[in-house]
Amino acid sequence: MGINHFFTSKMSDALGWARKYSIFQYPFVTACCGMEYMSTAAAHYDVDRFGAGFPRFSPRQSDVLFVVGTISQKMAPVLKMVYDQMCEPKWVVAFGVCTCTGGFYDNYSTVMGIDTIIPVDIYIPGCPPRPENVLDGLMKLQEKIQKGEQSRTLYDPKTKKGRPAQLGNTP
Amino acid sequence: MTPLQTIQQHFEARLIETHDFRGDETVVIAGGLLTEMALFLKKTPELDFNYLMDLTAVDYLFFAGGRIEKRARFEVVYHFFSLKHNHRLRLKVPVEEQNPEIDSLTGLWASANWFEREVWDMFGIRFKGHPDLKRILMYEEFQGHALRKDYPFNKRQPLIGL
Repeated sequence: MGINHFFTSKMSDALGWARKYSIFQYPFVTACCGMEYMSTAAAHYDVDRFGAGFPRFSPRQSDVLFVVGTISQKMAPVLKMVYDQMCEPKWVVAFGVCTCTGGFYDNYSTVMGIDTIIPVDIYIPGCPPRPENVLDGLMKLQEKIQKGEQSRTLYDPKTKKGRPAQLGNTP
Repeated sequence: MTPLQTIQQHFEARLIETHDFRGDETVVIAGGLLTEMALFLKKTPELDFNYLMDLTAVDYLFFAGGRIEKRARFEVVYHFFSLKHNHRLRLKVPVEEQNPEIDSLTGLWASANWFEREVWDMFGIRFKGHPDLKRILMYEEFQGHALRKDYPFNKRQPLIGL
Protein backbone atom coordinates (compact mmCIF):
# COMPACT_ATOMS: atom_id res chain seq x y z
CA MET A 1 0.00 0.00 0.00
CA GLY A 2 1.64 3.20 -1.12
CA ILE A 3 1.11 6.75 0.02
CA ASN A 4 -1.21 7.47 -2.94
CA HIS A 5 -3.65 4.71 -1.98
CA PHE A 6 -3.64 5.96 1.60
CA PHE A 7 -4.46 9.45 0.40
CA THR A 8 -7.35 8.48 -1.95
CA SER A 9 -9.02 6.28 0.67
CA LYS A 10 -8.85 9.13 3.20
CA MET A 11 -10.20 11.42 0.50
CA SER A 12 -13.24 9.22 -0.14
CA ASP A 13 -13.82 8.94 3.62
CA ALA A 14 -13.87 12.72 3.83
CA LEU A 15 -16.23 12.94 0.86
CA GLY A 16 -18.55 10.35 2.41
CA TRP A 17 -18.50 12.20 5.71
CA ALA A 18 -19.35 15.48 3.98
CA ARG A 19 -22.12 13.89 1.92
CA LYS A 20 -23.84 12.03 4.74
CA TYR A 21 -24.20 15.18 6.84
CA SER A 22 -25.47 17.41 4.03
CA ILE A 23 -28.28 15.36 2.49
CA PHE A 24 -30.40 17.45 0.16
CA GLN A 25 -33.59 15.46 -0.16
CA TYR A 26 -36.33 15.46 -2.74
CA PRO A 27 -39.62 14.55 -1.01
CA PHE A 28 -41.81 12.75 -3.56
CA VAL A 29 -44.89 12.79 -1.33
CA THR A 30 -48.07 11.24 -2.73
CA ALA A 31 -50.15 9.90 0.17
CA CYS A 32 -50.82 9.59 3.89
CA CYS A 33 -47.20 8.78 4.75
CA GLY A 34 -46.59 12.45 4.01
CA MET A 35 -48.08 13.28 7.41
CA GLU A 36 -45.45 11.15 9.12
CA TYR A 37 -42.79 12.65 6.90
CA MET A 38 -43.84 16.15 8.01
CA SER A 39 -43.79 15.02 11.61
CA THR A 40 -40.25 13.72 11.15
CA ALA A 41 -39.16 16.90 9.45
CA ALA A 42 -40.73 19.25 12.02
CA ALA A 43 -39.18 20.48 15.26
CA HIS A 44 -40.15 17.59 17.56
CA TYR A 45 -38.15 14.90 15.73
CA ASP A 46 -36.06 17.41 13.81
CA VAL A 47 -34.48 15.71 10.83
CA ASP A 48 -32.12 18.68 10.59
CA ARG A 49 -30.03 17.14 13.41
CA PHE A 50 -28.84 14.69 10.77
CA GLY A 51 -28.13 17.37 8.21
CA ALA A 52 -31.10 16.32 6.12
CA GLY A 53 -33.42 19.18 6.94
CA PHE A 54 -33.30 20.89 3.59
CA PRO A 55 -35.85 19.65 1.04
CA ARG A 56 -35.07 20.75 -2.50
CA PHE A 57 -38.05 20.61 -4.80
CA SER A 58 -35.81 20.26 -7.81
CA PRO A 59 -34.37 16.83 -8.63
CA ARG A 60 -31.29 18.50 -10.13
CA GLN A 61 -30.20 19.82 -6.73
CA SER A 62 -30.98 16.82 -4.54
CA ASP A 63 -29.01 13.75 -3.44
CA VAL A 64 -31.67 11.56 -1.90
CA LEU A 65 -35.10 10.76 -3.34
CA PHE A 66 -37.63 10.17 -0.55
CA VAL A 67 -40.56 8.29 -2.10
CA VAL A 68 -43.31 8.83 0.46
CA GLY A 69 -46.63 7.16 -0.20
CA THR A 70 -48.42 4.87 -2.65
CA ILE A 71 -47.24 5.08 -6.26
CA SER A 72 -49.93 4.39 -8.84
CA GLN A 73 -49.27 3.01 -12.30
CA LYS A 74 -50.19 6.41 -13.71
CA MET A 75 -47.60 8.12 -11.48
CA ALA A 76 -44.81 5.62 -12.21
CA PRO A 77 -43.40 7.37 -15.33
CA VAL A 78 -43.25 10.65 -13.38
CA LEU A 79 -41.29 9.03 -10.56
CA LYS A 80 -38.90 7.47 -13.06
CA MET A 81 -38.38 10.83 -14.74
CA VAL A 82 -37.63 12.55 -11.42
CA TYR A 83 -35.11 9.81 -10.61
CA ASP A 84 -33.47 10.12 -14.02
CA GLN A 85 -33.16 13.88 -13.62
CA MET A 86 -31.17 13.60 -10.38
CA CYS A 87 -27.40 13.98 -10.59
CA GLU A 88 -25.00 11.28 -9.39
CA PRO A 89 -24.32 10.31 -6.70
CA LYS A 90 -27.94 9.65 -5.73
CA TRP A 91 -29.81 7.46 -3.29
CA VAL A 92 -33.45 6.39 -2.97
CA VAL A 93 -35.43 5.83 0.22
CA ALA A 94 -38.70 3.87 0.06
CA PHE A 95 -40.80 5.39 2.84
CA GLY A 96 -43.78 3.30 3.96
CA VAL A 97 -44.82 -0.21 3.06
CA CYS A 98 -46.67 0.82 -0.12
CA THR A 99 -43.43 2.00 -1.69
CA CYS A 100 -41.54 -1.05 -0.38
CA THR A 101 -43.82 -3.83 -1.65
CA GLY A 102 -47.20 -2.34 -2.56
CA GLY A 103 -48.39 -3.02 0.98
CA PHE A 104 -51.97 -4.21 1.27
CA TYR A 105 -52.76 -3.13 -2.27
CA ASP A 106 -53.11 -5.83 -4.90
CA ASN A 107 -55.15 -4.20 -7.64
CA TYR A 108 -55.28 -2.51 -11.02
CA SER A 109 -53.85 0.84 -9.97
CA THR A 110 -50.91 0.34 -7.62
CA VAL A 111 -47.24 -0.31 -8.33
CA MET A 112 -46.12 -3.31 -6.26
CA GLY A 113 -43.01 -1.70 -4.85
CA ILE A 114 -41.06 1.14 -6.43
CA ASP A 115 -38.02 -1.16 -6.70
CA THR A 116 -39.64 -2.54 -9.84
CA ILE A 117 -39.04 0.91 -11.41
CA ILE A 118 -36.01 2.47 -9.70
CA PRO A 119 -33.26 1.00 -7.47
CA VAL A 120 -33.95 1.45 -3.76
CA ASP A 121 -31.23 1.90 -1.13
CA ILE A 122 -33.19 1.98 2.11
CA TYR A 123 -36.58 0.42 2.81
CA ILE A 124 -38.59 1.88 5.70
CA PRO A 125 -41.71 -0.31 6.03
CA GLY A 126 -44.63 0.62 8.25
CA CYS A 127 -48.11 1.91 7.63
CA PRO A 128 -47.05 4.59 8.22
CA PRO A 129 -43.58 4.19 9.81
CA ARG A 130 -43.11 6.08 13.06
CA PRO A 131 -40.69 9.01 12.97
CA GLU A 132 -38.21 6.97 15.05
CA ASN A 133 -38.30 4.35 12.28
CA VAL A 134 -37.63 7.02 9.70
CA LEU A 135 -34.69 8.40 11.65
CA ASP A 136 -33.32 4.87 12.00
CA GLY A 137 -33.60 4.45 8.23
CA LEU A 138 -31.90 7.79 7.73
CA MET A 139 -28.97 6.76 9.92
CA LYS A 140 -28.65 3.50 7.97
CA LEU A 141 -28.62 5.57 4.80
CA GLN A 142 -25.85 7.71 6.27
CA GLU A 143 -23.79 4.58 6.90
CA LYS A 144 -24.33 3.58 3.30
CA ILE A 145 -23.34 7.02 2.03
CA GLN A 146 -20.21 6.96 4.21
CA LYS A 147 -19.17 3.66 2.62
CA GLY A 148 -19.92 5.03 -0.84
CA GLU A 149 -22.45 2.28 -1.56
CA GLN A 150 -25.35 2.72 -3.96
CA SER A 151 -28.04 0.29 -5.03
CA ARG A 152 -28.12 -0.35 -8.79
CA THR A 153 -30.46 -3.32 -9.13
CA LEU A 154 -34.21 -3.57 -9.61
CA TYR A 155 -36.53 -6.15 -8.10
CA ASP A 156 -37.59 -8.90 -10.47
CA PRO A 157 -41.02 -10.32 -9.56
CA LYS A 158 -40.39 -13.47 -11.61
CA THR A 159 -37.19 -14.59 -9.90
CA LYS A 160 -38.09 -12.78 -6.62
CA LYS A 161 -34.57 -11.40 -6.45
CA GLY A 162 -33.40 -7.94 -5.50
CA ARG A 163 -35.48 -7.18 -2.42
CA PRO A 164 -34.57 -7.70 1.27
CA ALA A 165 -35.91 -11.01 2.61
CA GLN A 166 -37.41 -9.24 5.65
CA LEU A 167 -40.03 -7.65 3.42
CA GLY A 168 -41.41 -11.09 2.53
CA ASN A 169 -42.53 -12.51 -0.78
CA THR A 170 -44.96 -10.20 -2.51
CA PRO A 171 -46.28 -10.34 -6.07
CA MET B 1 -95.80 16.92 0.00
CA THR B 2 -92.42 15.16 -0.13
CA PRO B 3 -90.39 15.14 -3.35
CA LEU B 4 -91.29 11.49 -3.84
CA GLN B 5 -95.02 12.21 -3.68
CA THR B 6 -94.65 15.07 -6.17
CA ILE B 7 -92.82 12.76 -8.56
CA GLN B 8 -95.33 9.94 -8.11
CA GLN B 9 -98.21 12.31 -8.82
CA HIS B 10 -96.61 13.50 -12.06
CA PHE B 11 -95.16 10.28 -13.46
CA GLU B 12 -97.58 7.71 -11.97
CA ALA B 13 -97.11 4.29 -13.61
CA ARG B 14 -94.06 5.30 -15.61
CA LEU B 15 -91.87 4.81 -12.54
CA ILE B 16 -90.48 1.29 -12.18
CA GLU B 17 -90.21 1.37 -8.41
CA THR B 18 -90.17 3.80 -5.51
CA HIS B 19 -88.88 3.36 -2.04
CA ASP B 20 -88.83 5.49 1.10
CA PHE B 21 -86.83 4.57 4.17
CA ARG B 22 -87.16 7.15 7.00
CA GLY B 23 -87.11 10.05 4.57
CA ASP B 24 -84.45 8.64 2.25
CA GLU B 25 -86.41 8.61 -0.97
CA THR B 26 -85.47 6.53 -4.00
CA VAL B 27 -86.95 6.40 -7.48
CA VAL B 28 -86.09 3.78 -10.11
CA ILE B 29 -86.84 4.68 -13.72
CA ALA B 30 -86.03 3.37 -17.19
CA GLY B 31 -83.25 5.00 -19.20
CA GLY B 32 -85.69 6.43 -21.73
CA LEU B 33 -87.33 8.58 -19.08
CA LEU B 34 -84.09 10.04 -17.71
CA THR B 35 -83.97 13.35 -19.59
CA GLU B 36 -87.63 14.12 -18.88
CA MET B 37 -87.20 13.22 -15.21
CA ALA B 38 -84.04 15.34 -14.91
CA LEU B 39 -85.79 18.36 -16.40
CA PHE B 40 -88.73 17.81 -14.07
CA LEU B 41 -86.47 17.58 -11.01
CA LYS B 42 -84.62 20.75 -11.90
CA LYS B 43 -87.40 22.96 -13.24
CA THR B 44 -90.30 22.19 -10.88
CA PRO B 45 -90.31 24.98 -8.25
CA GLU B 46 -91.35 22.78 -5.31
CA LEU B 47 -88.58 20.28 -6.12
CA ASP B 48 -85.81 22.62 -7.36
CA PHE B 49 -82.98 20.05 -7.29
CA ASN B 50 -80.21 22.47 -8.22
CA TYR B 51 -77.31 20.33 -6.99
CA LEU B 52 -76.22 16.97 -8.39
CA MET B 53 -74.22 15.67 -5.42
CA ASP B 54 -73.09 12.32 -6.75
CA LEU B 55 -73.31 10.15 -9.80
CA THR B 56 -71.95 6.65 -9.76
CA ALA B 57 -72.75 3.14 -10.94
CA VAL B 58 -73.04 -0.38 -9.58
CA ASP B 59 -72.15 -3.62 -11.35
CA TYR B 60 -74.58 -6.34 -10.23
CA LEU B 61 -72.73 -9.20 -11.91
CA PHE B 62 -72.54 -12.13 -9.43
CA PHE B 63 -74.65 -10.05 -7.05
CA ALA B 64 -75.27 -11.94 -3.78
CA GLY B 65 -73.73 -15.01 -5.42
CA GLY B 66 -76.44 -14.99 -8.10
CA ARG B 67 -79.26 -15.49 -5.56
CA ILE B 68 -80.77 -12.06 -6.22
CA GLU B 69 -81.97 -11.37 -9.75
CA LYS B 70 -81.56 -7.76 -10.87
CA ARG B 71 -83.27 -5.97 -13.75
CA ALA B 72 -80.03 -5.30 -15.58
CA ARG B 73 -76.34 -5.78 -15.01
CA PHE B 74 -75.57 -2.13 -14.27
CA GLU B 75 -77.39 0.55 -12.39
CA VAL B 76 -76.46 4.23 -12.59
CA VAL B 77 -77.18 6.04 -9.32
CA TYR B 78 -77.80 9.79 -8.99
CA HIS B 79 -78.01 11.76 -5.75
CA PHE B 80 -79.77 15.12 -5.96
CA PHE B 81 -80.01 17.85 -3.37
CA SER B 82 -82.00 21.06 -3.25
CA LEU B 83 -80.17 23.91 -1.54
CA LYS B 84 -83.41 25.88 -1.37
CA HIS B 85 -85.70 23.24 0.17
CA ASN B 86 -83.00 21.18 1.85
CA HIS B 87 -84.30 17.87 0.55
CA ARG B 88 -82.70 14.98 -1.27
CA LEU B 89 -83.53 12.31 -3.81
CA ARG B 90 -81.83 9.18 -5.05
CA LEU B 91 -82.48 8.20 -8.65
CA LYS B 92 -81.52 4.81 -10.08
CA VAL B 93 -81.49 3.83 -13.74
CA PRO B 94 -80.86 0.19 -14.79
CA VAL B 95 -78.50 -0.14 -17.78
CA GLU B 96 -78.26 -3.25 -19.95
CA GLU B 97 -74.98 -5.08 -20.46
CA GLN B 98 -75.43 -5.39 -24.26
CA ASN B 99 -75.48 -1.68 -25.01
CA PRO B 100 -74.47 0.22 -21.89
CA GLU B 101 -75.56 3.69 -22.89
CA ILE B 102 -77.55 6.37 -21.13
CA ASP B 103 -78.32 10.06 -21.66
CA SER B 104 -75.86 12.59 -20.30
CA LEU B 105 -76.99 15.17 -17.73
CA THR B 106 -74.11 17.59 -18.38
CA GLY B 107 -76.51 20.09 -19.96
CA LEU B 108 -78.47 20.44 -16.72
CA TRP B 109 -75.81 20.00 -14.04
CA ALA B 110 -72.19 20.87 -14.84
CA SER B 111 -70.99 18.54 -12.08
CA ALA B 112 -72.22 15.59 -14.14
CA ASN B 113 -69.31 16.09 -16.53
CA TRP B 114 -66.50 14.56 -14.47
CA PHE B 115 -68.80 12.08 -12.70
CA GLU B 116 -69.88 10.65 -16.04
CA ARG B 117 -66.30 10.44 -17.21
CA GLU B 118 -65.46 8.48 -14.06
CA VAL B 119 -68.36 6.08 -14.63
CA TRP B 120 -67.23 5.61 -18.22
CA ASP B 121 -63.66 5.00 -17.04
CA MET B 122 -64.52 2.51 -14.32
CA PHE B 123 -67.65 0.77 -15.66
CA GLY B 124 -67.65 1.42 -19.41
CA ILE B 125 -71.08 2.99 -19.49
CA ARG B 126 -71.35 5.55 -22.31
CA PHE B 127 -73.18 8.84 -21.85
CA LYS B 128 -74.98 10.12 -24.94
CA GLY B 129 -74.39 13.84 -25.47
CA HIS B 130 -71.39 14.16 -23.17
CA PRO B 131 -69.05 16.88 -24.54
CA ASP B 132 -65.75 15.06 -23.84
CA LEU B 133 -66.24 11.44 -22.81
CA LYS B 134 -62.72 10.16 -22.11
CA ARG B 135 -61.00 8.45 -19.19
CA ILE B 136 -60.49 10.61 -16.11
CA LEU B 137 -58.59 8.43 -13.59
CA MET B 138 -56.84 5.75 -15.63
CA TYR B 139 -54.40 6.38 -18.47
CA GLU B 140 -55.44 6.22 -22.11
CA GLU B 141 -53.48 2.97 -22.69
CA PHE B 142 -55.55 1.13 -20.07
CA GLN B 143 -57.59 -1.74 -21.51
CA GLY B 144 -61.02 -2.54 -20.09
CA HIS B 145 -62.86 -1.01 -17.14
CA ALA B 146 -61.38 -1.60 -13.72
CA LEU B 147 -64.46 -1.66 -11.48
CA ARG B 148 -66.42 -4.15 -13.57
CA LYS B 149 -66.83 -7.33 -11.57
CA ASP B 150 -65.41 -9.45 -14.38
CA TYR B 151 -62.16 -7.44 -14.43
CA PRO B 152 -59.57 -9.62 -12.60
CA PHE B 153 -58.97 -7.86 -9.28
CA ASN B 154 -55.18 -8.19 -9.43
CA LYS B 155 -54.66 -7.71 -13.16
CA ARG B 156 -52.02 -5.06 -13.77
CA GLN B 157 -51.28 -2.97 -16.84
CA PRO B 158 -48.10 -1.08 -15.96
CA LEU B 159 -46.99 1.85 -18.09
CA ILE B 160 -43.36 1.18 -17.17
CA GLY B 161 -41.59 -1.41 -15.04
CA LEU B 162 -42.88 -4.86 -14.21
